[in-house]
Amino acid sequence: MLRTFHKGGIHPPESKLSAHKPIQVLPVPGTVAILLSQHMGAPAKVIVNKGDEVKTGQIIARGEGFLSGNIHSSVSGKVSRIEEVQDVSGYRRQAVFIDVAGDEWEDGINLDTNLDKEIRYDGPEILKRITEAGIVGMGGATFPTHVKLTVPRGKKAECLVINGVECEPYLTSDHALMLEKGEEIMVGIQLLKKALQVNKAYIGIENNKPDAIEKMRDLASALDGIEVFALQVKYPQGGEKQLIKAITGREVPSGGLPVDVGVVAFNVGTVFAVYEAVQKNKPLIDRIVTVTGKAVKNPSNFIARIGTSISDLIEAAGGMPENAGKVISGGPMMGKALSGTNIPVVKGTSGILILAEEESTRLKTQPCIRCAKCVTVCPMGLEPYLLMTLSERSLFDRLETEHVMDCIECGSCSYTCPASRPLLDFIRLGKSNVGKIIRTRKK
Amino acid sequence: MSRLLTVSPSPHIASDQSVEKLMQGVVISLIPAFLVTLYVFGLGALIITTISVITCVLAELTIQKYMMKTEVRIHDGSAIVTGLLLAFNLPSNLPWWMVVLGAVFAIGIGKMTYGGLGNNPFNPALVGRVFLLISFPVQMTSWPLPVESRMQYLDAATGATPLGILKEAVRNGESLPDVMNQIPDHMQLFLGQMGGSLGEISALALVLGFFWLLYKRILTWHIPVFTVATVFVFTGILWLANPDKNATPLFHILTGGLMLGAIYMATDLVTSPMTKTGMIIYAAGIGIITVVIRVFGAYPEGVSFAILIMNAFVPLINKYIKPKRFGEEVKHG
Ligand code: SF4
Ligand code: SF4
Repeated sequence: MLRTFHKGGIHPPESKLSAHKPIQVLPVPGTVAILLSQHMGAPAKVIVNKGDEVKTGQIIARGEGFLSGNIHSSVSGKVSRIEEVQDVSGYRRQAVFIDVAGDEWEDGINLDTNLDKEIRYDGPEILKRITEAGIVGMGGATFPTHVKLTVPRGKKAECLVINGVECEPYLTSDHALMLEKGEEIMVGIQLLKKALQVNKAYIGIENNKPDAIEKMRDLASALDGIEVFALQVKYPQGGEKQLIKAITGREVPSGGLPVDVGVVAFNVGTVFAVYEAVQKNKPLIDRIVTVTGKAVKNPSNFIARIGTSISDLIEAAGGMPENAGKVISGGPMMGKALSGTNIPVVKGTSGILILAEEESTRLKTQPCIRCAKCVTVCPMGLEPYLLMTLSERSLFDRLETEHVMDCIECGSCSYTCPASRPLLDFIRLGKSNVGKIIRTRKK
Repeated sequence: MSRLLTVSPSPHIASDQSVEKLMQGVVISLIPAFLVTLYVFGLGALIITTISVITCVLAELTIQKYMMKTEVRIHDGSAIVTGLLLAFNLPSNLPWWMVVLGAVFAIGIGKMTYGGLGNNPFNPALVGRVFLLISFPVQMTSWPLPVESRMQYLDAATGATPLGILKEAVRNGESLPDVMNQIPDHMQLFLGQMGGSLGEISALALVLGFFWLLYKRILTWHIPVFTVATVFVFTGILWLANPDKNATPLFHILTGGLMLGAIYMATDLVTSPMTKTGMIIYAAGIGIITVVIRVFGAYPEGVSFAILIMNAFVPLINKYIKPKRFGEEVKHG
């Protein structure tokens, strides 16, 4: 029996069009726009000025404050301006614009691609290098990695869970990474184990990627304390809590963190970034982005510099299809729809999905027929139909006691509803209101 | 970019489920039972079903268009399902105008007064049926003989149902094993060779429909299985205690409206609970009340009443029986 999580979950069509496409290096663009907020917390403090010459890998903004992270230049050239640009959420945020000239790297960054297996640093040094490199969760949550590695007092990390699930339909960047950079990921896992002082690491991969499972198993068999689990295909298994449950059977408590049950979890993309940061001294300045969609000419996996415009990526995959109706940053279940394509790639951009016009419109909302399907599929054991009603009526106290804050916004409820009810839209609204109420109460 | 892109919140894809498809699935699942009833009750079955479905749809259309002045939603198919299920709960020789009354009542009072699909607390078809049962008790409890009178409608020869024979016998103090000789054996009951309402006669056909509903994921197994199991266990205990006065549990689950009720009436999405535990409590309640009415009550049959009574408890069940949340308690695996 393959492992999986047991509460709720759905099986959307996988549509992994770009699976088994090799990772192509996207040419360095003419200009980049590097956003100062590419992580959960406050924007990083910019330390370059207009007109400055920068090198690839040079730090241009410092993460100050709790959930912040350093930002580096992904190209070499001249800072042309520092101004606002639209980000994937549609907000305008500060970004450093750089006109590219050549590709000259900062000193000390090792550019060769040889596998470096030697673990030569101790835990604190590994953590320091990760902090310096500005690594955040690459699965999309963009939680700063160094914060995750700093286990709160009184808690103890017992094992590492590595997320190679990629349960979002269409996306294949983690799959491609495991196939091509499996060796590096293994080194990265050893580094993280050392930094956290744990002996066990478990890699979870869904069973629709047998080649990745085989490859990772092969590599893990030569190492101590790394185990690969093939998981039954089910969305949202890539959700941190669901994955931890699937692999270890442990349930992160409501409102709690994985470390409450002794687990720290990382995405395989993050692990690869850790490898590069620690072994090659390379900060996080590029990432793998899947560009995909049924109407896209060449669905592909690219390695792109941070700050590259999304339109460049789409061009590289064969251009914007005639019948494009929606462009999404991320996957179809949790990604964000974009109003344009002149938006820069950030550390959390896992994919660009283009849906055709006919796939883009939502069906008309019908009355709830109380079929309970939304309740059945909710992986958090909530009652989406009820949360939506409460949110529509602004009954925020009830929403809180019905645990709206537990919702992980996976979208399984809206996906499933036969009456096409926009459950998650209203639940989000409710969450943001309840969140505000909770924050004012704390003050 | 010349073209405007659609911007909407996630998720950006949806399953291919729809209310229409759910209702279509239910209609398809009723085909075996309908074929059996056509074979057994013939003309009458055809007339009743046609009138019931047409009246339900027209009633919903009229009310939505002229009285509520809202969007007409008959295309969702729910009125067709109500019409079919109402017909399946009627005897095949019921005068046509009673069918019309029942259908109008089912849709008008049972469904639309509450605001239409999704808002009604009681199963509309059962509301219609019980209305007819109370208004026309004689016509609603005379049942054409199976097969032999299938070419007649109103003037079909009638006889009692197995449950009716049973009740009569108990009342007259006859010994059950003797009475059982007048009743079709279990195999005939299973196939549908008995008197009764249109759709309730063949357990086999209903179970086939149930499998289809499960396969199409329109239903889960909880309500039907627990309803039938509760009846089986409860009547089993009574039978073991006194086999002279009580029928076998198998007899009870194969006769009357139990299968139809458990599979199609109790499982109405709108009027049944939202959680699995809630469904089990609800189903057990239906089973117990059914047996109490059948064995101790005045009516030979009690499934409809049992379901309506439990429908009334559904809001309460939904309020107190919550799904188990993820991370409600810390689990260390
Ligand atoms: S899935 Fe949709 S129709 Fe069914 S109960 Fe939930 S909200 Fe209502
Ligand atoms: S979006 Fe929230 S409420 Fe809906 S299924 Fe996911 S966790 Fe449950």
